[in-house]
Amino acid sequence: MSLDENAEPGALRYGLLKAYRPFPDVSDELLFPDGRVRPVWRPFLDHLSALTADEIAERFARGNQYLNDAGVYFRQYGQDGANEREWPLSHIPVIISQDDWQVITDGLTQRAELLEQVVADLYGDNSLVANGYLPASLIAQSSEWQRPLVGIKPKSGHFLHFLSFEIGRGPDGTWWVLSDRAQAPSGAGFALENRVATGRVFNEFFARANVHRLAGFFRRFRDHLVELRGESESRVSILTPGPLNDTYFEHAYIARYLGFMLLEGEDLTVENGKLMVRTVAGLKPVSVLWRRLDAGWADPVELNETSQIGTPGLVQAVRSGAVTMINALGTGVLETRALLAFLPRISEHLLGEPLKLPNVATWWCGEEATRAYVKEHAESMMFSPALSTALPFTSSKTDFIGKDFSKFHKGILESWIDSKSDKLVGQEAVTLSSSPAYDNGLLVPRPMSLRVFLARTANGWEVMAGGFARIGRTEDASAIAMQSGGSAADVWIVGGQKQHKETLLHQTESPFFKSQPGTLPSRAADNLFWLGRYVERAEGAVRLLRAYHARLMETADPEAPLVALTAEYLDKIGMSPDEPVPAGLCDMLQSAVASASKVRDRFSVDGWLALNDLAQTANGVRRTMHGNADVTRAMGLLLRKITGFSGLVHENMYRFIGWRFLSIGRALERAHRMADLLSVFTDEEAPEGSLELLLEVGDSAMSMSRHYAVSLSHTTVLDLLAMDIKNPRAVLYQLTDMKDHISVLPNATENGHLSELARSVLQVHTRLAIATPDTLTPDTLGDLRDQIAYLSVELTDAYIR
Amino acid sequence: MFYDVTLEITYDYASPVNYGHHALRLMPATIPGEQTLIDGQIHIVPSPSERHDRVDFFGNAVTDVVYRRNHSELAFKLKARIDRTATPEAFDISPPLNALPKELSAVQSLAPKAPVHFLSASPRLPLDPAFAVYAQDLVVPGMSTISAVESIGKALNRDMQFDAEATTVDTPAIEAFERRNGVCQDFSHIMIACLRSIGIPAGYVSGFLRTIPPEGKERLEGADAMHAWVMAWCGIDIGWIEYDPTNALRVGQDHIVVAHGRDYGDAAPVKGILRTSGSQSTDHKVDVVPL
Repeated sequence: MSLDENAEPGALRYGLLKAYRPFPDVSDELLFPDGRVRPVWRPFLDHLSALTADEIAERFARGNQYLNDAGVYFRQYGQDGANEREWPLSHIPVIISQDDWQVITDGLTQRAELLEQVVADLYGDNSLVANGYLPASLIAQSSEWQRPLVGIKPKSGHFLHFLSFEIGRGPDGTWWVLSDRAQAPSGAGFALENRVATGRVFNEFFARANVHRLAGFFRRFRDHLVELRGESESRVSILTPGPLNDTYFEHAYIARYLGFMLLEGEDLTVENGKLMVRTVAGLKPVSVLWRRLDAGWADPVELNETSQIGTPGLVQAVRSGAVTMINALGTGVLETRALLAFLPRISEHLLGEPLKLPNVATWWCGEEATRAYVKEHAESMMFSPALSTALPFTSSKTDFIGKDFSKFHKGILESWIDSKSDKLVGQEAVTLSSSPAYDNGLLVPRPMSLRVFLARTANGWEVMAGGFARIGRTEDASAIAMQSGGSAADVWIVGGQKQHKETLLHQTESPFFKSQPGTLPSRAADNLFWLGRYVERAEGAVRLLRAYHARLMETADPEAPLVALTAEYLDKIGMSPDEPVPAGLCDMLQSAVASASKVRDRFSVDGWLALNDLAQTANGVRRTMHGNADVTRAMGLLLRKITGFSGLVHENMYRFIGWRFLSIGRALERAHRMADLLSVFTDEEAPEGSLELLLEVGDSAMSMSRHYAVSLSHTTVLDLLAMDIKNPRAVLYQLTDMKDHISVLPNATENGHLSELARSVLQVHTRLAIATPDTLTPDTLGDLRDQIAYLSVELTDAYIR
Repeated sequence: MFYDVTLEITYDYASPVNYGHHALRLMPATIPGEQTLIDGQIHIVPSPSERHDRVDFFGNAVTDVVYRRNHSELAFKLKARIDRTATPEAFDISPPLNALPKELSAVQSLAPKAPVHFLSASPRLPLDPAFAVYAQDLVVPGMSTISAVESIGKALNRDMQFDAEATTVDTPAIEAFERRNGVCQDFSHIMIACLRSIGIPAGYVSGFLRTIPPEGKERLEGADAMHAWVMAWCGIDIGWIEYDPTNALRVGQDHIVVAHGRDYGDAAPVKGILRTSGSQSTDHKVDVVPL
């Protein structure tokens, strides 16, 4: 490697590159082997070099800020279980020329065609096995070859609609396929987020640079999915394993971005062979399901019987042709590592041509002659489980180079290979190319692999012009996985015709906008309803805790009647004031976060962040606060955060039906709590000061003095907090609110008759509306409270079960 | 030999079930040259919201039953008439054990009965090394495949205690093996694991046994409930043979085949999911009457 200063324009022209030394015998994305900067990188380097280190830091922070605000995270598995971690963006994009990209595009399009034919054969005639192109035992042992799907032809005519490939560049500059992702490829949404963030870091430059755009790819794929529905009354939905999945963020993001419903297995049911989603308006047909769930978990009746996250009968729905799966159930078998050993020959056989992009040379040890070859070259080979469907470099426990054998196993390598035989593959050890990462004011080379996405559209296979680059943390190519500290970078394809800015908006020719009927899945309604209840319940508790501590400070006597009664009440609702911040309060907020996490696709990022901030603040205060000295101030802080969250939600949330469930939850909780408080604190026997406490907790002291010249009395307090239709803290006000929301829910009337729920809420409302303060005894208030509680049961029966 | 089979499986739920989906593999099979189903019906009480029939990968008849309304009890009732003609092969022309791998690799097929499905661990049956240790002690390389199968079956029958209380339907085979007791499901799983461990493809067969033995013979174990036994692949010429390790005999006219698969999971008489908060109790009655 020469870094000749006279080579023009050489690396040394750039101060940023003064420590940039590509590794020996490794190809580099930025530099030619002779040290010259590749032309496609020059404009970017010129731009970057013109910035000071401070400016660069400031720009990187801008990108990070975007990712924070957008709520991009990924889940990392560690000793303490899974944690959400900040998205590790490597801010320097990987830049690839249009010419290089064309080679990748042609190669991967061919490969997608090939995989489609292979999987069709594996679930059809099995001629590849019969004719000796694939060993029967390899397929039979794969847990991803799903026997119940054998013989089922997909409704759309295709098994594969969305693929990704992990590719890397070898020392000679050619691209290699490292891994095929065919089950439920992830990363496309992250690629979009990387693009937005990197675009912000280099905003002026990006606007001028001729970088290919991504939105058109998604738009055409979305149109393809919408076309696949067949009948316009049905839906396209995305099936997720749920919030605990490591790429759940992406599922919610793609669902929001494309406008599809995000569903979990329990949202779906199969009736007479048709796939239906449970919504608040009843069962609605789903005809296209983009699954992010591995096939085995999709149906406990015909697939993995232990699955708790599947939909019973889903395979039957596929069999009856009612639903198109993206990709078909069973396509995960294509990810089997040993398949790489056979694809080159299968390509010649099925397509009549060699693979345009080679895959990593792979030898399956299930055949004697091959095994002998592997043993001969064992020292330099990479070994891994033949049936593995994991990405390369993800497990250093199972994947290792022959010469490191003794670090992992006892005995002799050759006999170990014999003992593993058909469970093992040997692969040529791959050297990845390097690409620049920014480290301490300088660019440094880091190993890099690319994930490239392909989607079937009306024009056949289309390659996303960009992708998702994984950048190693160190020089070690095996530390490239994000789980082991690697990072992700945007991929810029530069050159060719001038790119037009594309977005998903304003594309009115798209069939999508005509008819994707929107309805709320019952589970989402349930979570929104409980989110409303939990947040309101927390607010009620905080107000009461604040009032309690204020009185405790005044009297300094926990035995004072009013203080004791309030403590008893707090204890009853699980908020014992023995601790300044009761554990019950933190739990409540955690429940709110849990509910919100299940409806991320329907929830603004700001609202999500505010809610998390609230829960974290409560936990923080609980940890740090020891005495009661500052407790009223802490409660004030929490109260402001809660109302901040509520304001954010209620000011900004689109008035869709989910908002109504959230609002009903809040109203029901508030009405219920106030009715209960009134039944206790307006009792004849209640201690002195009870009425003032009610006014304070009900945030109504000011209204009181404005409306009633007379002094405090039971009558005036009950009038203001139970019956006032202008006071948002009054029971009747909240019942009116509930009544209004319920009257516009689906099926609120049937054939001109009110639904049971609508009738019940009207009854409760009317009973209170025609009451007078003097008839509101603690007993009647207790009845009112119970009737309100029962509305929750009726709502669940009507819309959520 | 003609038989009338009746089977009744009943469930009592402590609290009402509002959703249930059951896949039933109860109907005796028709197997050319071995067994003919002359007539058969499955009667289900209460009548389900949905019911349909399909054939699974291994060729078993499956009836799917779905309930979407509350029910507190459930009964599946089978009535069937069968003509059973199978008799065990007289001559052992199976290859010696050490020649079996070569015959296996000559069968490049994924067809439902291809041996390749039955050679490695299956979802309910991991291959613990203990099985291989046990089986290897009982065979020698030159032994014919059939005699290897029979030796292992006989040895298990000798070493294992039949005990209806010792295991449940979910007890792992290795646990029953370590305790050396269990029912027909455990006997069969253990034998399958032993056979696979020494390279003989083996699968699980569910079915019925005649209730009243022929005169002068003892009543067979497992006749009062659905029964299970083993199928083993003994080379290209012979194909599959069936062996009942619970009773230490080759399967013949006293056994009626319902379903087969890699392990219990593929052939389970009733498999499914239901939504309920309470417990359930179940009862199971079988009658197999020769005509």
